[in-house]
Amino acid sequence: MSLLSVRNLSVAFPTQNGWFQAVEGINLTVNPNEILAIVGESGSGKSVAMLALMNLLPPQARITCDELVLDGKNLLQLTATERRRLNGGTVAMIFQEPMTSLNPCFTVGYQIDEAVKTHVGGGRKERKEQVLSLLESVGIPDPARRYDAYPHQMSGGMSQRAMIAMALAGQPKLLIADEPTTALDVTVQAQILELLLKLQQQFQMGLILITHDMGVVAETAQQVVVQYAGQQVEKNSAYELFNHPHHPYTAALLSALPERALPTGLLPTIPGLVPGQHNRPQGCLFAPRCAYQQARCQTEVPALAQQQQGWIRCFYPLETETML
Amino acid sequence: MSEVLRAEQLCRYYSVPQGFTKPKAVVRALNGVSFNLQAGQTLAIVGESGCGKSTLARALTLIETPSAGELWIDGKPIDFTHKPSAELRRTIQIVFQNPYGSLNPRQTIQQMLDEPLLLNTTMSKSERRQAVATMLERVGLRPEYAERYPHMFSGGQRQRIAIARALMLKPQIVVLDEPVSALDLSVRAQILNLLTELQQELGLAYVFISHDLSVVERIADQVLVMYFGRVVEYAPKTTIFARPQHPYTQALFSATPQARVGEKRERIHLQGEPPSPLKPPSGCAFNPRCRFTQTICKDELPELRNLEGSQVACHLAPIG
Repeated sequence: MSLLSVRNLSVAFPTQNGWFQAVEGINLTVNPNEILAIVGESGSGKSVAMLALMNLLPPQARITCDELVLDGKNLLQLTATERRRLNGGTVAMIFQEPMTSLNPCFTVGYQIDEAVKTHVGGGRKERKEQVLSLLESVGIPDPARRYDAYPHQMSGGMSQRAMIAMALAGQPKLLIADEPTTALDVTVQAQILELLLKLQQQFQMGLILITHDMGVVAETAQQVVVQYAGQQVEKNSAYELFNHPHHPYTAALLSALPERALPTGLLPTIPGLVPGQHNRPQGCLFAPRCAYQQARCQTEVPALAQQQQGWIRCFYPLETETML
Repeated sequence: MSEVLRAEQLCRYYSVPQGFTKPKAVVRALNGVSFNLQAGQTLAIVGESGCGKSTLARALTLIETPSAGELWIDGKPIDFTHKPSAELRRTIQIVFQNPYGSLNPRQTIQQMLDEPLLLNTTMSKSERRQAVATMLERVGLRPEYAERYPHMFSGGQRQRIAIARALMLKPQIVVLDEPVSALDLSVRAQILNLLTELQQELGLAYVFISHDLSVVERIADQVLVMYFGRVVEYAPKTTIFARPQHPYTQALFSATPQARVGEKRERIHLQGEPPSPLKPPSGCAFNPRCRFTQTICKDELPELRNLEGSQVACHLAPIG
């Protein structure tokens, strides 16, 4: 049975000019011990979808969903308090900016202890031991000294490790990492990614990795979802997606990467911009920028459908032969 | 080809207060950096945060005065004891990383692009207006955008405006401080193409600061790798990408994720994080994280030396 199953999740926010559809009909399944990556440019709704899952969006957000099952529990039937209790326990999240997600006024040890106290309990001594072992498992040298350190005394990589320790405190079954390495340097990024993969294996967690870095996805994920303007446009295994992208957006995005383009001449680009609230096209959201668009794309909305090559939201998915 | 920019042993030190009773500490943000740049060429500066990339950018654009070292712009030595002349400043311009922070929200695009002309040229109002319109078109924006404010533009468009502003005075050298790292993937390719086109058309020399090696591989002619304020490797692009010589360069290259699945690459795992600038390690600054460290690395500072077409600051190179 899958660990997480989401069907038709949509999120809209009220604005001065009506509702803005930030996330539109997201379907997700994560199996235990699976790594799923969600890629997309800014504004594609990746973070909002995950915050909706955790019930962390502001009250004015309008969330609709047909099915939301986590670890056998139907989240749609739970009260806000009951869902709150799952956060940090069954499902935990790591955020992008480690320096801003830690509270500067408390020591790192105190903040991790808070999570242990809420989700595990135990006496003060046991908890301290638990925190120290968590710090050690995320590779923080000299945990006893770091226990009493304040966030400003730690580097970005160390803070992110502390955040990971905090997320692990409740022994989550599903870990959501929202751009965990974007704010970090390349060499530190490699360390943190490796740590996440190691811990995922060790604790047999499901891991959802939100990122915009195609390189990070290629090197970590098993399953990949590509989002565009709040919609999922393609869902496939990492191998298939990187070697044979079928949605024109995925294909264009991959070929715009400098490391994948031909070494000379100009880079292939995607003309135009991501549609905003006021210029949403009638048909396929990508149609105005698509190199393969046809008349039907401008009037009809394609659905995310399972085709033989994977899940694709396109009337005319690219065949493997047409790819470079 | 003519040499438009040359730096010799450029240094920039900052003194940092350590507290009321303690003496001030010195942070050597830039410690003896030398290079030269030909017209129409791109020099990429690569390194992690805190390695002195941006300090170098500020020193090159005469925003900051170097603590030591010499600088030649367009063949003329710079006299740092005097305020640099307006003419000199026109030769070298800068584009900053974050286009959301580098454009004044209270100025229209016209005012923003007009200002350098107003201060530095004797052009009439209509000539200046014409120049702004031409430049907007050149960077791929519509001339009627001139009356708009920055908040009406997306990140990619703002970066185009920032590039247009840097080019208003027809500089020979443009320093690009992480010009695409704040942009989305699809927009990044557009801006990189624009930069390439402008370089070919106007014969610009770029100093391209970046931490993204895939972009560097695309755009650079020469690559300068910095670590902790010093140059660790300096080589033509093809040489350095084919065979990185310094252990830090090797680690940096192998740590960069590649958007390809199924290719197994050897990963070099760097331990720890860059050292604190207040407590620099003795000898080679990279020795606490290096996998080849020997006694000499802790005792002696390696000098840059020529090795198979590269300049490398490592006692042990060639290695790895």
